[in-house]
Amino acid sequence: MKVDHEVIQTVAELSQLKIDPADLENYAQGMTQVLDLAGRMQAIDTQGVAPMSNPLDATQRLRPDVVTETNQREAFQAIAPETEDGLYLVPRVVE
Amino acid sequence: MTDFADSNWEAVIGLEIHTQLSTRSKIFSGASTQFGAAPNTQACAIDLGFPGVLPVVNQEVYRKAVAFGLGIGATIGLTSVFDRKNYFYPDLPKGYQITQLEAPIVMGGTVDITLEDSSQKTIRVTRAHLEEDAGKSLHEDFHGQTGIDLNRAGTPLLEIVSEPDMSSAEEAVAYARYIHQLVTFLGVSDGDMSQGSLRCDANVSVRPKGSTELGTRTETKNVNSFRFLERAINHEIERQIRVIESGGRVIQETRLYDPDKDETRPMRSKETATDYRYFPEPDLLPVEIDEAYIQQVREQMPELPAAKAARYVSEFELPEADARVLSSERQLASYFEQVVELSGDAKLASNWVRVELLGQLNKDGVEISDAPITPAALGTLIARIREGRISGKIAKTVFEALWSGAASDPDSYIEAEGLVQVSDSGSLEPVIDAIIAANPKQVEQLREGKGKLMGFFVGQVMKETGGKANPQQVNDLISKKLGL
Amino acid sequence: MSELHELSLTEQLTGLAAGEFSATELTRHYLSRIERLDPALNSYITVCQDTALAAAAEQDALRAVGHAGPLAGIPIAHKDIFCTQGIRTSAGSRMLDNFIPPYSATVVEKLTAAGAVVLGKTNMDEFAMGSSNENSFYGAVKNPWSPDCVPGGSSGGSAATVAARLCTVATGTDTGGSIRQPAAFCGITGIKPTYGRVSRWGIIAYASSLDQAGAMGRSAEDAAHLLEAMAGFDERDSTSVMDAGPDFTSLLTADISGKKIGICRTYFNAGLNPAVEAAVMSAAKQLEALGATLVDVELTMADHAIPAYYIIAPAEASANLSRYDGVRFGHRCDNPADIDDLYKRSRAEGFGKEVKSRIMVGSFALSAGYYDAYYRKAQQIRRLIKEDFLQAFQQVDYILGPTTPGPAFAIGEMVDDQVAMYLQDIYTIAVNLAGLPAISIPAGFTGGLPIGMQLIGRHLDEAGLLNIAHRYQQVTDWHRQGPALEQEANHD
Repeated sequence: MKVDHEVIQTVAELSQLKIDPADLENYAQGMTQVLDLAGRMQAIDTQGVAPMSNPLDATQRLRPDVVTETNQREAFQAIAPETEDGLYLVPRVVE
Repeated sequence: MTDFADSNWEAVIGLEIHTQLSTRSKIFSGASTQFGAAPNTQACAIDLGFPGVLPVVNQEVYRKAVAFGLGIGATIGLTSVFDRKNYFYPDLPKGYQITQLEAPIVMGGTVDITLEDSSQKTIRVTRAHLEEDAGKSLHEDFHGQTGIDLNRAGTPLLEIVSEPDMSSAEEAVAYARYIHQLVTFLGVSDGDMSQGSLRCDANVSVRPKGSTELGTRTETKNVNSFRFLERAINHEIERQIRVIESGGRVIQETRLYDPDKDETRPMRSKETATDYRYFPEPDLLPVEIDEAYIQQVREQMPELPAAKAARYVSEFELPEADARVLSSERQLASYFEQVVELSGDAKLASNWVRVELLGQLNKDGVEISDAPITPAALGTLIARIREGRISGKIAKTVFEALWSGAASDPDSYIEAEGLVQVSDSGSLEPVIDAIIAANPKQVEQLREGKGKLMGFFVGQVMKETGGKANPQQVNDLISKKLGL
Repeated sequence: MSELHELSLTEQLTGLAAGEFSATELTRHYLSRIERLDPALNSYITVCQDTALAAAAEQDALRAVGHAGPLAGIPIAHKDIFCTQGIRTSAGSRMLDNFIPPYSATVVEKLTAAGAVVLGKTNMDEFAMGSSNENSFYGAVKNPWSPDCVPGGSSGGSAATVAARLCTVATGTDTGGSIRQPAAFCGITGIKPTYGRVSRWGIIAYASSLDQAGAMGRSAEDAAHLLEAMAGFDERDSTSVMDAGPDFTSLLTADISGKKIGICRTYFNAGLNPAVEAAVMSAAKQLEALGATLVDVELTMADHAIPAYYIIAPAEASANLSRYDGVRFGHRCDNPADIDDLYKRSRAEGFGKEVKSRIMVGSFALSAGYYDAYYRKAQQIRRLIKEDFLQAFQQVDYILGPTTPGPAFAIGEMVDDQVAMYLQDIYTIAVNLAGLPAISIPAGFTGGLPIGMQLIGRHLDEAGLLNIAHRYQQVTDWHRQGPALEQEANHD
């Protein structure tokens, strides 16, 4: 599949990545190559094969409903870019 | 809001209800879910989406979801799978929400709602799935910035999705109320809407009456009171009709109900129209449960409101409307059942609980859990009425004393205040004789067959005895004396 | 006695126990080597001199009172993808250049509890995405055998530092070959255990259903000791395997006669360097001489692993890396105009090109209209690959082949050809998709560069892999050879 600039812009938007217009072509070529590689999968008949999302033949363990965590806000926020009154700050969000 | 009901339009409404499950810890972490803590003090590394952390599923979340599913007669997913729903938003720390798309825990089920005119309607539930709640954005002034509190992030949610089976705000509210009643009854959620424990998204569309095609729908998000739900839906129906009638087209969009302005408006955030790129959550494996587990949950479930109401009708011979009131809340029903057991009289118990108790609770704005009269006290009080030890009128005095705190135990109060009903003919006869002597004209009329004058005489005796006389006995004594 | 850094892990344990040298001496020795030799290699991102010496002193004190853990005093290095409380953990990315975790990975906790002394954090391809270690914010790592060559990746720093004797053993992670390929390129032994064998808690995620931590050492015996201390069930990882305490050392010397070792013809195709082929075939003969039986085995899906992997891993990564948004930790751009700008610039500045490429490929593969053709298809192929292996393991106990198509390539040789770089993983990737254990073992040299061979085993049979590797290493000395480091020669 040939990836054009528009596809890159769409996935960059979904991925929240700012892409320099000068780099669009490079990313488009790279993704075209990867998708061509991935395109080889189409040669294999997978009809009726259940997708496998984890290699383990196991099921999920459930944990008891117990509070195990204590307040570590200070430690966590010591490495935060911007906080005030215990809140993380971001540019104004409009709902 | 019924003006559209007479128009040429009909509404099609489906609800998505997010209910917070009342667990101690979060769905994927051991952080507390308690409401009202200082910002970010209950957000652990998992809730904050720190690098390298991993989710582990809380077992109680599963119990509650299965109990809900059983409560609406749904199919329980024996294998359920968590998925990631990808979008960026500051209150979503990982950049994805863990939810269930393809294989939810609850599938199908129905809810029977009763409308104001007593008509019934069955609403189908499409599915209910488990997911994690997001944090909160605080838009107060932080120098023009938004503050993010992630305490709520990771709180377990059950999202209950209905079919578009409702056609008015009234039906939608009745459905939402039913779900609210059910989840609180089952102890699945505390149902506290002021704390966001139950939040509704309403999908609304309109179409010409009789049409079978669906119109374009809008989704009004995050309505968290029944009153707002009714208003938001009615507003949206009217708005859509206005748009179409003025030649416009309804746009598929997400809207926000603003209770202050009492209107809905489009949401501006881009979270609304993105490609969520769902895929199975690789940090979690499929959750498998078996029939034995489901049976265990079933056995631990309390009797549900509809079953309770039916039992009250058949076992206690209560009118259906009264049975519905008494079974509507878990604590009320439990209160009532204790009163029945202690008093031995279901009908009296029903009257006292519905009229006196609920009346007082309502008047004083008190929750039944905080009622100053215990079920034991009320049960004893009613037993005394039934035994003829006190009159109904005196009982109300005792009730008031118990409510105000002037009395703590009905028996000792009746004793101390000398409220025992007078059934001793020796002390009643002089009173009756005096009243007969003082009212010769009425005696004549009573003898001539004006039966309703008996009430006058009994009333006079009650007045004279301060309400302590046994009315039935007074009646008998007068009849005997006058040779009736 | 030979130089301390030439001793194996078990020899160091013996020396420590006998009081021939202390943990502090051992640690100082390595720290001074790092100071002298690592500037040319760039295998460490962070060297923890002070904490290492403090830990060594503590181990000496504990040993003095009879409390020596299984790795007491052994100097190790962690790939900089394992969170270390109080020590910057970068994942090789500018995004986390300022990230000091308030917690440690389970692996880090376990090794510290076993008495290991952490010398530092090793260089790696950014977020473990790469096969050459050229995708690191902290610069490329040089192959100790040839400074013009890559050490492989993504655990290139760990492989290089073990090969250069700048630590005794090191941890690594392997998502598509990231332990085995650099182990092969650097002439060391590296084992990727069964998926779920080692806890992923505290390991910065690349592709959650493929990521697995493992051990890197000069010999299978060293790796076995390290892995034994790393592995085990962890309730904090939902994909952790419930299993009794792992024992990877007591079977090391067991007899391997009768073991059936499969040779897969598909592995020896036109793309394989003839010297590598010759080395692997020669090793097969030696295993046969040790009593193993060689059996031809077919893996029909072998060629399809790479396409499936380069959809699945980026898809998972696209979500795993969404948390790096400049809000709670990590890089944040200056003066964001609005929330969109904050996200887009912080992420564009914080991530390197390969990471951005993979995030976008992953987003694409999951997006509406493409999910079935790419992501779902890849997951179906993944099942076929696993079934392919299960079938092969009905006939054989192990599968032997090359680890890589050739020896280490030159720095810069493949940077402009993404797909050529991806094809480096052709022999390793299927193993991750199926969740199997595999080990890379030194098997020879070509043009002065090491050759690695890969042995793949059944689920949870790490002990068997280590046993065969150890028996092989008892009769060969490829793993004993070390690079002649220029500076070392100048200095000594």
